Amino acid sequence: MSTQEARILSEAVTDRTATARRGRIGFGSWVLPVYAFVALVFLAIPIAYTFVFSFNDALKSNVVWRGFTLNNWTNVCAKIEVCEAFGNSLVIGVVATVIATTLGTMIAIALVRYRFRARSQISLLLFLPMATPEVVLGAALAAEFLTAGVQKGIGTIIIAHTMFCISFVVVAVKSRVSTLDPALEEAGRDLYGSPAQVFWRVTFPLLLPGIIAAALLSFALSFDDFIITNFNAGTTSTFPKFIYISAARGIPAEANVIASAVFFLAIILVLITQISAEARRKRLEKEGK
Amino acid sequence: MAFAAFATGTAKEQAPRRKSRIALLLLLPGILYMMLFFLVPLVSLVMTSLQAPVEFGDIGEYETAFRWENYVVAISTYGEHILRSFGYALMATIFALLFSYPLAYFIGVKARPWPLLQKLMLVMVIAPFFISFLLRTLAWKSLLSDEGFLVSSLKALSLMAPDAHFTGTGAAVVFGLTYNFIPFMTLPLYANLERLDTRLVEAGGDLYARPATTFFKVTVPLSMPGIVSGVLLTFIPAAGDYINASPQFLGGPSTAMIGNVIESNFLVTNNYPAAASLSIILMAVILVMVVVYIKRSGTEDLL
Repeated sequence: MSTQEARILSEAVTDRTATARRGRIGFGSWVLPVYAFVALVFLAIPIAYTFVFSFNDALKSNVVWRGFTLNNWTNVCAKIEVCEAFGNSLVIGVVATVIATTLGTMIAIALVRYRFRARSQISLLLFLPMATPEVVLGAALAAEFLTAGVQKGIGTIIIAHTMFCISFVVVAVKSRVSTLDPALEEAGRDLYGSPAQVFWRVTFPLLLPGIIAAALLSFALSFDDFIITNFNAGTTSTFPKFIYISAARGIPAEANVIASAVFFLAIILVLITQISAEARRKRLEKEGK
Repeated sequence: MAFAAFATGTAKEQAPRRKSRIALLLLLPGILYMMLFFLVPLVSLVMTSLQAPVEFGDIGEYETAFRWENYVVAISTYGEHILRSFGYALMATIFALLFSYPLAYFIGVKARPWPLLQKLMLVMVIAPFFISFLLRTLAWKSLLSDEGFLVSSLKALSLMAPDAHFTGTGAAVVFGLTYNFIPFMTLPLYANLERLDTRLVEAGGDLYARPATTFFKVTVPLSMPGIVSGVLLTFIPAAGDYINASPQFLGGPSTAMIGNVIESNFLVTNNYPAAASLSIILMAVILVMVVVYIKRSGTEDLL
């Protein structure tokens, strides 16, 4: 076989596979996007439902559509229990997030930057809560509080939420620490920065995006948690607990208002962080060129 | 995205550089916290699971004992619930995988030329997280109820028996579990597929493999770490869930899962030893499954 023949042959083969591939892409090019669109719409159905029914002129239970009203939005606290539960959830979420983010960030820095014994045991201790069903975490803490004779209330909820948030914070911040160039901190030390200065002026600002992401995640986890809360709340109400208890006799439309408002706030926050990250990436790319 | 980081283990360990007391100071508060409020409670749960009722005591009064038969009683009384939990969770995991794979593939591979579209679609995937878990489950309850649009039109078209229900059945519970945990499946799959080397897939085509063969011999094995973490992140919370299966939500009288039994024993009938031994059983079974599954699928580095 001459080189000429070989070239023609190989061209023919490439041509054939190219057509085959084009044909395949032609098929996939509409099936997959359509599927993805339908799937995302499906995921959004209950969100849309909750939002629409926040405008329902409902009586006691908010199941049948009785007409459009803005009253639920303008008088959210007409049902005082809803607002009380929401307030508790906010307090719990903020306190648990602050504690969990602080402790989790410290652990994440230590895990990436330092060498010490019992490292794998510590990783396991942090991994296990994420691999344990919530009902077990809740029952275990409740058993401890029972044995110790601790009165359940807002304090025990905060303790419980901080516990399961720490693991997630460690994971989120750890991935950020490991992308950090240690040379930057070294430069800080070379310029006679004290350890505290190096940390607050160099390390912390670089870690901040990761820490913010971790804090948002832990607030979201705490705010929406029901299973662990239910075991450790005593008589204290939280937003999810309020919904669970009123599910039997009907959820007031004000709950839909709060859930929808929280939803849009969260989505806006996420969109802002995503878009600004994208803008930053583009800017860095431009500067790199 | 924390789940993605957890899922794919991308956090590369840098060579630890210095030994220091600072490490101890950084670790101590958090680790003490986890010991006090995670490890000690687990021990306390084991102790509770072995307790015996106080003789002539009130309901809910128990004393320290080593009553191992609590476990035997728990399994014989609630064996059905235990099996149902794992059955429902398994079905929900399979459905979530089938639902998520094409979606994650589209976002992670096909949508690569449009990063902004990728980001937007990811936000839509996690959007259900931002509306209350309980409210979104109740939304499905209303939508799928007998008066709801779907069931009533199916009945009008005689596709469903007039006296049949959807809410309150096992199918509704599996549906709810699937819906609620889909993002846990899609995110790790996306995180993995986003880094899929498409040249390897093209090579499959160049070697005259049919698209299906390429998919099962190249794409799926390459995305195995994503599949494994998605399956774990879906299966574990689904097996322990008691919201979807509760009669106030999507379940009925015969759909109670292990979580429902733990809840009612602990919080309603104050039968703490029964609730504790069921929790230990649930945790033990899940841990064994996790270890076996990770070993089998050859992704040990996840741990």
